[in-house]
Amino acid sequence: MDLVVNVLSMCIPFSVALLLASLGEMFNQRAGIFNLGCEGVMAMGAFSGMLVPFLVGHGGAVPMVYNALGFLLAGVIGALLGLLFGLVVITFRAPQGIAGIGMQMFGVGVAGTLFRYFVGGTQSVPGVPSFPIPVLSKIPVLGKIFFSHNIVVYLAFLFVLLSNFILFKTSWGLRVRAVGTHPRAADSMGINVTLTRYESLLVGGALAGIAGAYLSLCQAKMFSDELISGRGFIAVALVYFGHWNPYKIMLGALLFSLAQTFQSVVQGLGISFPYEFAVMLPYILVIVVLAFSSRDQKSAPASLGKPFNREIRT
Amino acid sequence: MDDKIRSLRMEHITKRFPGVLASDDITIEVGEGEVLALVGENGAGKTTLMNILMGIYQQDEGRILINGEEVRFRGPEDAFNAGLGMVHQEYMLVPNMTVTENVALGYKKAWKKGILDLNMVRSRIMEISEKYGLAVNPDAYIWQLSVGEQQKVELVKTLSLGARFLILDEPTSALTPQETDELIVLLKKMTDELSIIFISHKLQEVKALSNKVTILRHGKVVFNGNTDDYSPSEIASKMTGHEVKLPENNDEASHGDVVLEIKDLCVRGDRGNYALDGLDLSVRSGEIVGLAGVSGNGQKELAEAINGLRKIEKGEIALFGCEIGNKKPRSVIEQGMGYIPEERNIEGIVPPFAIRENLILKDVDQKPFSNKSFLKKEKVNENAERLQIEFDIRSAGINTQSGSLSGGNIQKLILARELSRGAKFITAVYPTRGLDLGAVEFIHKELLKKRKEGVGILLISEELDEIINLSDRIAVIYKGRIQKVLEKKDATRARLGILMAGVKEDE
Amino acid sequence: MSKGFKIAYKLGIIAVSILAVIFISSVILVVLDAPILKTFYTICIMPLTRSLHITEILIRAIPLAITAIGVSVAYRSGIINIGAEGQMAMGILAFTATALALPDVPRPVLLPFALLMAALSGGIWGFIPGILKAKLNVSELLSTVMLNYIAAQFYTFCLRVVMMDPAEKMSGGGTPQSMRLTENVWLSRISGRLHYGIVIAVVLAVLIYILLWKTTVGYKMRASGSGARAARYGGINVPLFVVASMVISGAFAGLAGGIEIAGVHRRAIEGITNNYGFSAVVVALFGGLHPLGILPASFFFGLMIYGSTLCPRQVGVPANIVDVMQGVIILVIVTSQMVLSDKYFQDRLWRKYQSFKKRKEA
Repeated sequence: MDLVVNVLSMCIPFSVALLLASLGEMFNQRAGIFNLGCEGVMAMGAFSGMLVPFLVGHGGAVPMVYNALGFLLAGVIGALLGLLFGLVVITFRAPQGIAGIGMQMFGVGVAGTLFRYFVGGTQSVPGVPSFPIPVLSKIPVLGKIFFSHNIVVYLAFLFVLLSNFILFKTSWGLRVRAVGTHPRAADSMGINVTLTRYESLLVGGALAGIAGAYLSLCQAKMFSDELISGRGFIAVALVYFGHWNPYKIMLGALLFSLAQTFQSVVQGLGISFPYEFAVMLPYILVIVVLAFSSRDQKSAPASLGKPFNREIRT
Repeated sequence: MDDKIRSLRMEHITKRFPGVLASDDITIEVGEGEVLALVGENGAGKTTLMNILMGIYQQDEGRILINGEEVRFRGPEDAFNAGLGMVHQEYMLVPNMTVTENVALGYKKAWKKGILDLNMVRSRIMEISEKYGLAVNPDAYIWQLSVGEQQKVELVKTLSLGARFLILDEPTSALTPQETDELIVLLKKMTDELSIIFISHKLQEVKALSNKVTILRHGKVVFNGNTDDYSPSEIASKMTGHEVKLPENNDEASHGDVVLEIKDLCVRGDRGNYALDGLDLSVRSGEIVGLAGVSGNGQKELAEAINGLRKIEKGEIALFGCEIGNKKPRSVIEQGMGYIPEERNIEGIVPPFAIRENLILKDVDQKPFSNKSFLKKEKVNENAERLQIEFDIRSAGINTQSGSLSGGNIQKLILARELSRGAKFITAVYPTRGLDLGAVEFIHKELLKKRKEGVGILLISEELDEIINLSDRIAVIYKGRIQKVLEKKDATRARLGILMAGVKEDE
Repeated sequence: MSKGFKIAYKLGIIAVSILAVIFISSVILVVLDAPILKTFYTICIMPLTRSLHITEILIRAIPLAITAIGVSVAYRSGIINIGAEGQMAMGILAFTATALALPDVPRPVLLPFALLMAALSGGIWGFIPGILKAKLNVSELLSTVMLNYIAAQFYTFCLRVVMMDPAEKMSGGGTPQSMRLTENVWLSRISGRLHYGIVIAVVLAVLIYILLWKTTVGYKMRASGSGARAARYGGINVPLFVVASMVISGAFAGLAGGIEIAGVHRRAIEGITNNYGFSAVVVALFGGLHPLGILPASFFFGLMIYGSTLCPRQVGVPANIVDVMQGVIILVIVTSQMVLSDKYFQDRLWRKYQSFKKRKEA
């Protein structure tokens, strides 16, 4: 029982980085942009997020301020990288799959380079402390699972509700859905397709950056080359798994973080199981999930991955 | 700006695309309550001109005047605000959104601080639909609606956004003749308060609806006049620049053997529904069977099923007595099938391949083009050079990228490949869609030539004239079944129209 | 449009592309407060000044070339293989396992056999995403990345547990690596560490050129890649060729891994794959997806990768700068290709140029 509670209470904070990155990718894809650069943006976010606390954190400044600044910087950098990607795939209409790979290499490369220059080795940061919600966290079992995390966790799950609202109840969401499905129709209705797609990349990039910063500030409390290790790609896969719907994406993120806690389960039960195979599990799960969910893509945005050009009729 | 549009004038409009002068110093004018028919062949520049009027394209030269004042539209929104609205030929509706959401896309009044007021949009839709007698369900998803219903949605949408001047781009191209008549009655009623520009190449409609006609040819205005003063055939000859008489099939009906026999065919469509539901059809050798029907009634699925490209659930397809249902495309081709697919640019050719390469797409393994799996370059080139002359494929040479050719030349390339490889049966799907009359004439002649040689042809088309001109027998498809098969002599437009709308004659 | 203008347009785009790569990389260098010119000199020119350096460049160019040729076969067939990293790791494992299992088989048999096993296991690792794409429409971009991570973990597991050097076990050092492999699987060296793998790379490039452009199989692969629907309508079994191209692609990566330890390391250690799998995608694109373009491209990237290892010492820039440059190069290549083929943009420039000329004349 203790083990189950432990695993579940670990699983929720573990899912946040995937969740945020995946929601960001969902906005990209809803607008018709397949952004495989998520991994690179997360790496940049993770690095820039921890850079602020690393540089000022030992000087006695208030942790809340510099952590917030870390997240802010990560979001801004992520958004800027989103714009760069937009320049390549929206303005110049480059094929999105391979451009995403370029973006990933670029982001991971820059993060690795700057990290070695500014930080050097394994350096931990104080990170974001946990904030058990008064009263609620005292509930037996449930309190530990749901209400004993850091503040970002609660905000991230609230953001799921907000994402759904944005997508289906606001004019921006309407625009995003229209340009991802039938950009020519949106264009004929006076919607600026290019601008809407840029906006979605801005939002998606910022979310991926923040997701990266979550890893370095809340989860690992440090940066390393292996910190992201494929979470950006898993986030992209989750969007397929979740059929471009915020709630289903949330379920997917929880499922994957459960797979990530598998190592600790094995250790907790004292089974001797090769560590490497435990680490493999989420990656195998992605392939399995994709194998089951890729065939049926009726809910996929119809113009996903297709550049738009007013003057070229297809 | 709720004033009426008393006059609209486009002056000296010029628009260039790479290699094409799409609009060449065009001037048109429409007054209050007038209906202008904009007539011309495919590719004459009608749609381009209207897209310029709507602010979708920017003209290179020239200006637009409304009520005598120059206006500049930087995008469709500016055009809406000036009171213009356009129904495009391919409907501009987002399929996985409701009617209300589609209207909301342009109805900025309902974007209250970024939050959508869909109730406001809904009541606006109801208001318009009552006023003009256009019944639509505001909460239906677009993908649930038929083509005719979608068109009503388009009209409601345009009117909801406050259009006082309507532009309709080939509004009847996907409608049955009866639906067309209804639409014309409706539009006539609307002219009490609206002016209309109406693009068409169907002359009956032009006569029925418009009071002025402007004819475009190769991006230029070649004629302006009052509709009533000219007969349809006069307009037709002005449209093409010369009298074009498309070839007709006036021969005796074929008494050859049945070569294609389809029995009780059931096939699922992309959405999992039954697109073909117990279809029976047969074609004899030396016979052209035309398949008439409103698009979306299973034509695409039928063509794919008999070419081995779609799984069949039930039924039989026999080609020369050999069952080809659920066979691989390769085996169907080997049975003597030739195929002119619907989407010629992506289904008919490999766009980056050179002409010479595309011409051997189906025969790359055959002698003389290859030997022990090595390609024989000289033979491939010889073949291409011969066919290029025979089929009049105009290009810079056989190494030209096929994707860079014009639509007509791509279709000739496909025709060259399919006809030259000695196919004994041909499925032709919309073979002349979007082509100019010269190319249409060429393709019709080739098909009739093959018919004379004893080839069986299944001709799927949305142009009733094409079907009536070429076919020996005409089968009408409706909701995945053959409604009725008519002999050539019994097939009139009116009768076909009734059948296409799903009405059974004996009822 | 005049011919001169068209050529000027192409050259102009290429020049702008090169400037863009230099500019973006320089921004990073400015942040690092590094001497920009000297850094580029260290990466691109300094290694060419000494023959020892040149053999080191070639050593890196060999796996890049072989892997990139494989990547280009898949790319031409419509599937982007970014899983070469994992396929290479699997190739190394198979090669090592063969060598460890049959140390006494004579070299003329064992070396080719071990290389074959390397190719085979890379091919199997390429087959998985291929079949997933062909049968279940799984995005190869995602599945190959996942298989990279899986292979990396499996690789560590093998070196740490199954194949670990007995000497390491005894000494308790615990470095995950295999023992030194039998000489019967060594590829001979030409000069310095440069080995005969370079000959294999050139031969493979020629073979793939013949496959793609002179045979019916290559024709069908290219047709599947550049017009899948037309190919299918034309009776070509598209999924078959997609899978086949992935198997070839994986086999080449696996073979590159095998050659790498047969020629250079002669034992399996961590980090052999050295990001070659990802670099190979850049090399393939840079080489125009053509085997004969990939050979010089792999030399150029071998140069950059080697040059970047000199950077920390020479100019205080982390070697990761080469990853940055590779990322930028991909972005710039795909962008410039679109601009080069954009007739509308070209047309607009041409008209601007003409009206400019007119104004000048007037």
